Amino acid sequence: MEHIPQERIRNFCIIAHIDHGKSTLADRMIEMTGLLSSREMQSQVLDNMDLERERGITIKSQAVRLIYKAQDGLDYMFNLIDTPGHVDFNYEVSRSLAACDGAILVVDAAQGIEAQTLANVYLALDHDLEILPVINKIDLPSAEPQRVIAEIEDVIGLPAEDAPQVSAKTGLNMEQVLEAVVERLPAPDGDPDEPLQALIFDSVYDPYKGAIVFFRVRNGRVRKGMEVLMMSSGAVFEVVEVGYFGAGQFIPCEELSAGMVGYLTASIKTVRDTRVGDTITQKDRPCVQPLPGYKAALPMVFCGMYPADGAKYPDLRDALEKLQLNDAALQYEPETSVALGFGFRCGFLGLLHLEIVQERLEREYNLDLVTTAPSVIYKVHKTDGTVIDLTNPTNLPDPTLIEYIEEPVVNGEIMVRTEYIGAIMDLCNQRRGKYLGMEYIEATRALIKYELPLNEIIYDFFDALKSRSRGYASFDYELKGYERSDMEKLDILINREEVDALSFIVHAETAYERGRKMCEKLKEEIPRHLFEIPIQAAIGSKIIARETVKAVRKDVLAKCYGGDITRKRKLLEKQKEGKKRMRQIGNVEVPQKAFMSVLKLEEE
Amino acid sequence: MIKRPLGIYVHIPFCVEKCGYCDFLSAPAGVDEQSKYVRALLKEIRSYEPVGDLFMVDTVFFGGGTPSIISPTLVAKIMDRLREVFSFADEVEATIECNPGTLDEKKLKSYVKAGFNRLSLGLQSANERELKTLGRIHDYAAFENNYRLARRNGFANINVDLIFGIPGQDIKSWKQTLETVVGLQPDHISAYSLIIEKNTPFHYRYGSEAGKKLLPGEAEERAMYRFANDYLGDMGYRRYEFSNHAKKGKESRHNIKYWTMQEYLGFGLGAASYLGGKRFSNPSDMEEYIEHAPNSYAGFRMQPVRPEKRAMEEFMFLGLRMADGVAKADFEEMFHVRFESVYKNVVDKYKRSGHLEEVDERIRLTDKGIDVSNRILADFLL
Repeated sequence: MEHIPQERIRNFCIIAHIDHGKSTLADRMIEMTGLLSSREMQSQVLDNMDLERERGITIKSQAVRLIYKAQDGLDYMFNLIDTPGHVDFNYEVSRSLAACDGAILVVDAAQGIEAQTLANVYLALDHDLEILPVINKIDLPSAEPQRVIAEIEDVIGLPAEDAPQVSAKTGLNMEQVLEAVVERLPAPDGDPDEPLQALIFDSVYDPYKGAIVFFRVRNGRVRKGMEVLMMSSGAVFEVVEVGYFGAGQFIPCEELSAGMVGYLTASIKTVRDTRVGDTITQKDRPCVQPLPGYKAALPMVFCGMYPADGAKYPDLRDALEKLQLNDAALQYEPETSVALGFGFRCGFLGLLHLEIVQERLEREYNLDLVTTAPSVIYKVHKTDGTVIDLTNPTNLPDPTLIEYIEEPVVNGEIMVRTEYIGAIMDLCNQRRGKYLGMEYIEATRALIKYELPLNEIIYDFFDALKSRSRGYASFDYELKGYERSDMEKLDILINREEVDALSFIVHAETAYERGRKMCEKLKEEIPRHLFEIPIQAAIGSKIIARETVKAVRKDVLAKCYGGDITRKRKLLEKQKEGKKRMRQIGNVEVPQKAFMSVLKLEEE
Repeated sequence: MIKRPLGIYVHIPFCVEKCGYCDFLSAPAGVDEQSKYVRALLKEIRSYEPVGDLFMVDTVFFGGGTPSIISPTLVAKIMDRLREVFSFADEVEATIECNPGTLDEKKLKSYVKAGFNRLSLGLQSANERELKTLGRIHDYAAFENNYRLARRNGFANINVDLIFGIPGQDIKSWKQTLETVVGLQPDHISAYSLIIEKNTPFHYRYGSEAGKKLLPGEAEERAMYRFANDYLGDMGYRRYEFSNHAKKGKESRHNIKYWTMQEYLGFGLGAASYLGGKRFSNPSDMEEYIEHAPNSYAGFRMQPVRPEKRAMEEFMFLGLRMADGVAKADFEEMFHVRFESVYKNVVDKYKRSGHLEEVDERIRLTDKGIDVSNRILADFLL
């Protein structure tokens, strides 16, 4: 490949609200620059996990290098970095943004700006990126590009009159996007002759090559055989391979210089030595100071994960270890539960992150999991003046030892069509929201701002929001801090035995309601036994709700005809098999799924 | 040489019309199909010729379906073939199952001549409305007529099959059915709880939560069961198995073989056999069966002996169906291992909860245990 000078490099990402067509736009750019023909392209090249394709979302950042011959007749090098769109993955977004100089902002011509559009734009502006708006889906009959342009100018304050109006799906006007990238996004600065200074924005683990480090070179050059120093961990490695990103593959090259994006391998055995945000420099010619890192991911939601089959505990541990190699935001530590045995308390960025990890463990590692209700981190101030971070409700100290409890609250922004404002405000009030204000984006849409306790939005808030706005509301939030709150621990007793895995922290006002719903739900889930089973919800020693699973009175087999006992055996075996999927609590067998069913208590 | 006692089951998978609750292998069929089937059956029996000598047949049971709808000549041919291949004991118990309304004097005479001495009549209920609900082809009068005809033509041993827990049935109508039947003084009464089996019209009608409401409640159904036990006991019918009641000496010896792991051979579509520690079932697809029939014995020889573990499980979950339960001594004699070393935990657990009891070194289900026997027996799987 002929050498492309630094001024003809463009490092950028695409940001968008979910479903506004980010991945399709990326696909189209890849196709138009000839990296892959449309026949070779599996749709949405950049989403390469099965899960990502199925859910239509991007979880991990991906990168690809494209060569574009512009109208001025010159070749340009595009490094396109795909970013996750969901609020749970803001952390990943911010990692990828640090490697870019510009961003394409994709806005759906029919839907206009959504809550995540705003959140991502603010993130991009934080990183000093040049933003190029693109209006997508103009082929839709409901497209209103002029309205959307006005929205971008009014709400975000970006000039959008010249924004390319495209259909990534049909390819319409896509060449305008490529030209605009050349003309309007800046070339990277940095000096290739300075000492090496490169920022790690991601890493993946490969069983053969060790950690593969993704980075962007700010200054200097990195080449094969060079001894590099990871500035914060102090680890030194000899570079085995450097290269750039093809479509779904790694392409080795001689060297990467200032402004370029690529990867290196150096027989790095643990991803911990390649911390995201760390600066790579040359061991013998180090740079003066590291690049500013960016905020580390802090898990906000915790839950217990247990193998359904206790013997699979080591498998679960290995699987979590492997997942963590590629998912720095995932935390876990061993814990034990009376009801569920040995497992892990795991920390996640949000509920979607939790679900994705759970699904990956089940699919990619073939594990059958029991998950406890997700919890946020509570700050428990004890009477002796110490404060504990509570991630597992079971560990709540005795009430007499507690001075007060603080819970995390978020600033939430909900964008919604005006006819649903009432319904959405009702929902937020039910979820203990504090109304902060409302702005009209245009005559028919408003941005509602609420302060909400995090524990009220981690379960089923998205679902409730969608159902109350017929799918029209969008939501984004950021952690605001901790506030003192009247929280209590709700315990569930099955046949008079407390089930630790079902305990959770709840606000005093909603305790009765939740207790009642949980008992009802459990009554549906727990099969009848040979004896009556009381299911109770309690706060301390006070019972606040009760349901009863009635005893079985009849369970007999049919006539056994002509001595054919195989059918009888099958029936009995099925009964026995069913027991295996149960957890023994005292002398009650509780189905595994009962532990998860209590997560979603919202009436359908 | 002392011959081994053997039970024989012959399956006739044809009926006039399929009942809504029935999930046995049975369907209406034309005369041609019937004779084609019997030809295969005869070949299957013949395939056992090499070992026929070893056995002394002491029970025979023709079941279905409705064996009485095929020509009595065909029935006689099957019996003849059995006698050619196997030796029959003098006091053989030979039962043929019949549907009320399908019998006449000529048929009955033919059965007696062929060697049958026991008749099983599927009445199910003496209540006309319940018969309709079940989808039976006969009314009560047809049953009584056939019953009396059978008595007159030499059947000194008759069983009547009954079902309880029928949609719309209550304890009063169940009582009437029992009283009516006892009035005829049959020798044996089977009373089964109606089970809604998958893949039957009844499952479609009564399998859902809403459908279940049309059935007698669990408590009422169990009251019917208990009433039958008490009433029939008072009337001189002892309950010797979960669902079977007989006058003294009239217990079905053939059925007892199933519960006590005695040997039997099953001939016909889907028929099951237990012989030499092996369990084996014929194909339940008609074409497959017809192809398999001539080499049935060869196929049986290829079967592996069941592992001891399975044999122990069967000993328990079958034996516990008997009113007298299982004798620990029998278990130990059969398996040469202490009963407690295998089943102490589960027996103790259910003795404590009152579902099992131990009398004279025998373990048996209590009445409370019988009501929920399914889950207790499942616990005997190792």
